[in-house]
Amino acid sequence: METTTVSPPSLPAAPVRPLAAVRRYVGEWGLIAALAALPVYYGVHDLVYGYQVSVAGHPVIHHDLSNLGYDFAQGLSNGAIWALIAIGYTLVYGIIELINFAHGDVFMLGSFTAVGMWAVFGLSPGMGAAALIGYLLLTLVITMIVTGSLNVLIERVAYRPLRNAPKLAPLITAVGFSFILQNVGLLWRGGSPQSVPDLIGVQQTVFTVAGVPIQRGYILVFAVMIPLVFAVSWFINSTRSGRAMRATAQDPEAARLMGINVNATISLTFLLGGMLAGAAGLVYALYETNVWYFQGFKAGLIAFTAAVMGGIGNVRGAVLGGLIIGVIQALSDARLGPQWTEAVVFGYLIVIMVLRPRGLLGEETREAG
Amino acid sequence: MSAFLERLREWQAAAVERLPPWWNRALAGALIVVGIVLPFFFPADSGFMNGTIIAVAYAVMSLGLNIVVGFAGLLDLGYVAFFALGAYSLGWLGSGFFFKLHIHVLVSPVAGTLQGVHLNFVLILIAAALICAAAGTVIGLPTLRLRGDYIAIVTLAFGEIIATLAVNGQSIPVGGGMTLTAGNLGISAVDAPYFPGIGSFSLLNLRPWYWLIFGILLLVLFVNLRLRDSRLGRAWVALREDEVAAVSMGIPLVKTKLLAYSVGAAFGGMAGAFFGTYYTEVNASQFAFGFSIFILAMVIIGGIGSIWGALVGGLVLGYINNYLIPDVLNDLPSHFGLHFQLTQVEFGIFGLLLVIMMLLRPQGLVPERRRKLELTAKITAEDAQLAEAPTGEVTVILPPGEEQA
Repeated sequence: METTTVSPPSLPAAPVRPLAAVRRYVGEWGLIAALAALPVYYGVHDLVYGYQVSVAGHPVIHHDLSNLGYDFAQGLSNGAIWALIAIGYTLVYGIIELINFAHGDVFMLGSFTAVGMWAVFGLSPGMGAAALIGYLLLTLVITMIVTGSLNVLIERVAYRPLRNAPKLAPLITAVGFSFILQNVGLLWRGGSPQSVPDLIGVQQTVFTVAGVPIQRGYILVFAVMIPLVFAVSWFINSTRSGRAMRATAQDPEAARLMGINVNATISLTFLLGGMLAGAAGLVYALYETNVWYFQGFKAGLIAFTAAVMGGIGNVRGAVLGGLIIGVIQALSDARLGPQWTEAVVFGYLIVIMVLRPRGLLGEETREAG
Repeated sequence: MSAFLERLREWQAAAVERLPPWWNRALAGALIVVGIVLPFFFPADSGFMNGTIIAVAYAVMSLGLNIVVGFAGLLDLGYVAFFALGAYSLGWLGSGFFFKLHIHVLVSPVAGTLQGVHLNFVLILIAAALICAAAGTVIGLPTLRLRGDYIAIVTLAFGEIIATLAVNGQSIPVGGGMTLTAGNLGISAVDAPYFPGIGSFSLLNLRPWYWLIFGILLLVLFVNLRLRDSRLGRAWVALREDEVAAVSMGIPLVKTKLLAYSVGAAFGGMAGAFFGTYYTEVNASQFAFGFSIFILAMVIIGGIGSIWGALVGGLVLGYINNYLIPDVLNDLPSHFGLHFQLTQVEFGIFGLLLVIMMLLRPQGLVPERRRKLELTAKITAEDAQLAEAPTGEVTVILPPGEEQA
């Protein structure tokens, strides 16, 4: 057999794009540099100029990183809550390309359900540890079931009938449901933040690492978040239903032809997302010791930012994004003042969109081009 | 039901055929006259007049957002930013807020003696439109590479950033002891519109306010109609329908998209400036995310991309929000033994309206013809005629399901 090599017809030389290397470099490292900017700046600031602490009533200037460490601990545990919510966003977006605006409000109703169950069970801070943990686990299960079912119900009513409509349609019903759920919360618990009993003493220091006090709240948050994240990863990667979810996310039509029940799989995704939001709701109520009907809106936007930052459709990305956003928030709260935090977080969202729309761990998508 | 609707449509078609060709111009003229004489049928300071003024101003905003969302298909969830900027344009240029300055242009003799910047309302209106158009361009820039939901998120983020700036503007100095905004305290004592020969407007007589906003509405409506059929309007629709195809046909992507943002923003800014003077203060608490959704709901309930839809949607939701819910139906829940007032849950009501509308009539109250066809997949005989090739080659478009084998 003879083989002939045919030289390709010569193409006109591609136009030389000026600064192409710079563009590529910014695209690759710009976001990481932007994310590192705040902690590095404040770390250097603390080391060089120091910060003031009061020791036995006397102001002392310290030159170390434990203040930054405190911000990180605070931020990571906040971020773990955002991570739980962000997984719900990322799963739903991965499978039907919808920003589920109502998700944050499902989280809010999770908090309300949990607080309601505490009242039903008569939980109080003075209870024995074993009974308290038992009841809290029971509340966790009930809350997850309630919010999971709620999320499935919303999908059934508001998104499934619009599966073949233009993409704007389900987004608008999602916004509509977000407002409906907010008003349900408003009528349930009134318009102002309500404090709930501090059941586990979240601010008590358990131990200290390098001058950073580790509080009970931090341990609680991670004790709930880490097993749930592993469970979800295992479910998606190792079970038959999880494989169906991944297949549907890749190509719903092909998945249907392979015998996957696409509607059931989408419902399952909403169930998972809702359950995680419920767990986050319970942890939030325990950790922040107050609940508010508007908490879901802010949390939803932050968690969505986290999901986009990590790379939407990617569970590990959502967790990473949640933790990073938590740290940014804590730094901004402590250094710039809490009134600016929202603007800082949204500023980062825009920076992500400009520099790296696919996120830290994400693939290129049609939307983010 | 559908047979009845079908017959109704036939009647309508037959009636339209018999009307003289100038009938829609006559109808438009009649509607404008009705609009002008409307205030004489109601007391000059009634709640209905108040509701009407706000509803008309909402319709102006809705027409502005319709350009961005409807014509160009760029989902904007941060439209409240332009309400804020328009209102602040008024606060900055028509009150004593910048107390170190003394600038007066064509204002009432009373305002002419006060400290601060006092410009004539028409000048402020133009300034608000220009400021918002510039801001719209800035907000549009990061979204150029993005599509769909991602645009929604970036615009939302900008809206929230501007709202945060408005709240915290009290701590942003602009020199001379003056600050950028007055935060939640609000810039109060803003000038009422003043026209030489007419005098200053007063809140005791709402009729001049109504005619002012009605005039703005007519202007915006006229610009909208002319834009829709212009080269630019067709470029917007082409980008909305298929970006890749539109760009390959030579439509300048960056310019067209940014113009959509800036024109839409300019109208929002004009309505914002009017709201600033009508509410007599510019308060940061007015600029919440819910407002963006409220305006978006008007566009959607009216019919995305339809000018008349945006107008109807704005008026309907404006009346529901400012007249029906607070004045008429507010005590409704108490009649059923429920302990809340309807104004508390107004956003829930709008949410419900959005959901129901999307499920039952996704094309809106007064749908744009192109989108209606897309959603109902029916091609009428008239459209088949429109699709005929001009050279005499007849392209027959059959409704789905009737293809010849």
